[in-house]
Amino acid sequence: MPDSVQAQVTMSQPAPVETNLTQTSPARWFRRFTAEQRTMHAVLFSTFLGLAATGLPMRFSESLWARKFATGVGGFGAILFFHKLCAIVLTIAFLIHVKEIFTRGILKREKGIFWGATSMVANWKDAKDLVNHMRWFVGLGKRPQFERYAYWEKFDYWAVFWGMIVIGFSGYAMWFAPFFAHFLPGWALNAALIIHSEEGLLAILFIFAIHFVNTHLRPDSFPMDMVIFTGVESEEEFKHKRPLEYERMQKEGKLESRLGEAPQTWQLNFSRVVGAIAIFIGLTLLVLTLSAYFI
Amino acid sequence: MLEAATISVISLTRRALTRRTLAGSIGTAAILALALALPARSLHAQATDCLACHSDTTMQDAAGHNVGVDGPKFHSSIHGSLDCNNCHTSIKDYPHPDKQTPVDCKSCHADEASSLTGSVHANSKEHPCTSCHGDAHSIFPKADSRSAVYPLNVPATCGKCHGNNGMGQKHGLPSILPQYVDSIHGFALSKEGLLVAANCQSCHGSHHILSHSNPESPTYKTNIPKTCGSCHAKINDDYMTGVHGKAVANGNLKAPVCSDCHTAHAILQPTEAAFRSQSTPICGNCHKEKFSTYRDTFHSQLGSLGGYVETARCWDCHGAHGILPTADPNSPVNPANLVKTCGRCHAGANASFVKYQPHANARDRKLNPALYFIRLFMNLLLASVLIFFMIHTILWVIRARYNQVKSKAGNGGNHA
Repeated sequence: MPDSVQAQVTMSQPAPVETNLTQTSPARWFRRFTAEQRTMHAVLFSTFLGLAATGLPMRFSESLWARKFATGVGGFGAILFFHKLCAIVLTIAFLIHVKEIFTRGILKREKGIFWGATSMVANWKDAKDLVNHMRWFVGLGKRPQFERYAYWEKFDYWAVFWGMIVIGFSGYAMWFAPFFAHFLPGWALNAALIIHSEEGLLAILFIFAIHFVNTHLRPDSFPMDMVIFTGVESEEEFKHKRPLEYERMQKEGKLESRLGEAPQTWQLNFSRVVGAIAIFIGLTLLVLTLSAYFI
Repeated sequence: MLEAATISVISLTRRALTRRTLAGSIGTAAILALALALPARSLHAQATDCLACHSDTTMQDAAGHNVGVDGPKFHSSIHGSLDCNNCHTSIKDYPHPDKQTPVDCKSCHADEASSLTGSVHANSKEHPCTSCHGDAHSIFPKADSRSAVYPLNVPATCGKCHGNNGMGQKHGLPSILPQYVDSIHGFALSKEGLLVAANCQSCHGSHHILSHSNPESPTYKTNIPKTCGSCHAKINDDYMTGVHGKAVANGNLKAPVCSDCHTAHAILQPTEAAFRSQSTPICGNCHKEKFSTYRDTFHSQLGSLGGYVETARCWDCHGAHGILPTADPNSPVNPANLVKTCGRCHAGANASFVKYQPHANARDRKLNPALYFIRLFMNLLLASVLIFFMIHTILWVIRARYNQVKSKAGNGGNHA
C-alpha cells in the first residue's frame, strides 16, 4: 500500500515539492505542528538569536569584532539590556511550555506525552535507531524507520530543555546576584559565569553547526524544512521522513484527521525569508565564534 | 644727511614730549641738546634715533635677517624704557657697521642665564631666550596676557617645538602639545582659562628644565609625586600612605607614580569612560596574574565592551592612591570591609555574596578546585557533544546526498 501511494505521488509530482504548492495538484498535505508549536519555535529561535548575538560579544569581549559590534549597537549597556529582554521572553515561553505539559500530561492525563510513540521522552527504539542510522551512514544496513519524533529531534528538544534550565538559572543567579547569595555560596557566582558561558557556547555551536544541518540544510530538507514554519508537509515528505507514524495513523484510521491545507505562496515566501535570515545570522555568529578561537 | 638729521630732531622732540618712562625729562632734555649740537650722530642710540630707519618692519640686513622693529609695540614692552645700545652694545655710532655682536641677555638676566646652563635647552642652536619669550622687542611681563610665557600661552609657546612638526619629529620625541591640549589640564587652561591649571612649566620648570632621567628633575620618577602634589596635595598624602607611595619612597623604581597610571601629558578625568577603559591594563602591566584572572570575570567582560564603563575596575575595589594591603583593616578589600565595598555597586550585598572571588582562576586546580572541575566538566560536555554530532552530521549529509544522486539518476532533488 505505501509503495503504490508513493508511486502515485511521484508520478503526479515529478518536480520538487515547493514548486508544486502553487499549482493545483491532488497532493495531500498533513499537519505536523500546531500554530502554538510553530509560534513557540519562532519565539524560541528569535530570542535565541538575540541571546546568542548579545551573549557572544560578552563571552569573547577581548576580540575585535565583539568590541566593534558592542560599540555599534550602543555599547555594552544596550547589549546587556537586549540580552536580558530576550531572556525574559524566552523564560516566559519556557514556562508556558512547562505549564502546557503539566496540564496535558498530568491534569488531563493525555496519552503520549510522557511515553509512547508521540512522546518526546527517549525510549529503547531511539537508541537502536541511533546505532542503525549510523550503520546506514556507512553502508552497513538499512535506513531505520522513524516515528513522529526521531532520536536527533528528541535530543534537540532535551538539549534546549536542559539548556534553558541551566543557562537560565545561572543567568538569573548573576542578574540578581545579591538575592541569590542568600541561598548560594559566593563561589557559586563564579561557577555561574563558567556554566552560563560554556553551556551557552555549547547551545550556540550545537544549533548553528548541528541543528541547522540536521534539520534544514541536509540534502533531504535543503535548503530549509518548511514544516516548522507552515505547519504542514506533503504526503510524500511525511511518508519518507516518518514512515512509522504514517503507517500508525493509517492503521488507527486517523490519517484523514491530520489533513491540512497546502501552504500559501506568501506563507512559503515569508518562511523562506525568515528562515534565511535566521540561518544567515546563525552562520555569521558561528564564524565569529570560531574566529575568536583561531584568529 | 641733513634731511635725516632734521627728521631725527623732529621725531626726537615729539618723543620727548610724550615720554613717561625712566629716562625722564631731564635726560631727554640733555639728549635733545646733544642731538641739536651734533645732528648727524647719536652716542646714546635712543630708540627713536634708531627707529628713524628700523621702524620699517620689513627692513633686512645684508644676511637677510629682519632688523625692523615695531616702535609702538617696543615702547609698550617691558624693555621699552631701554636704549637700543643697552642691548646692542656694539653699536656706538651712526652709521653703524653691518655686522653686530649678538645680544647677550645674561648681561642683565644673569640668574635666568645660569639656570639655563645645564638645562636641556642650554645647547639650543636657536637663541635660547627668544625661542620662548618671543621677539626681544616685544617681550611683556609674564603676568601680561600678551606675553609668550603668560600661563595661558605657555603650551602654545612650548608647542612651537614640542608640537606636531617640531622637535618631536626631529628628535624622535612624542608630539606633546596635542596630548596636552586634550588633557584635563589642557581643558582647564584652554576652555576655562584657569591660570592655576598646570601648564608645561608647572611641572617642568622654566629655565632649568632637566631631562626626566636626571634625578634632580621634577619629572624624575621619584620626584613626580611631589611635583604633582604641589597642586594635588591631598592625593599626594593618600598616595604616600599606600603601598605604591611607600615603595617609591624606599627607592623601588618599579612601583607606579602618578604619571604611570594617569600618563604624563594626556591626563584624563578619571571618571571619564576613556580613562576607565584604559585603566585596568595599566595595573595589569605589573599585576599580570591578577589582570589575567580579572579578565575571566564578568566585571571585565562587561567592561571591555564599549559604552559601559561602570563595571568594577581595579581601583574601584582596591582604592586608587592610598592602596593598602588586603590584610590592612583599612583596606577596602579587607574581608571585614567587603560588604561595604561590594555594596557600593551591588545593593543588598551580604556576607555570602562577597565570598564571590573577583580573581578566581578556574584553570588553577589547587586554588579553585570546585571551579576547576566545573569548567573541566563543561568543557568535556561541550567537546563530546559537538564531536559526536559533527561526525554524525557529516556522515549523514554524505550518505543522504549519495542516495539522492543514486535514486534520481544523478539529478539530485528532494527526498532521496
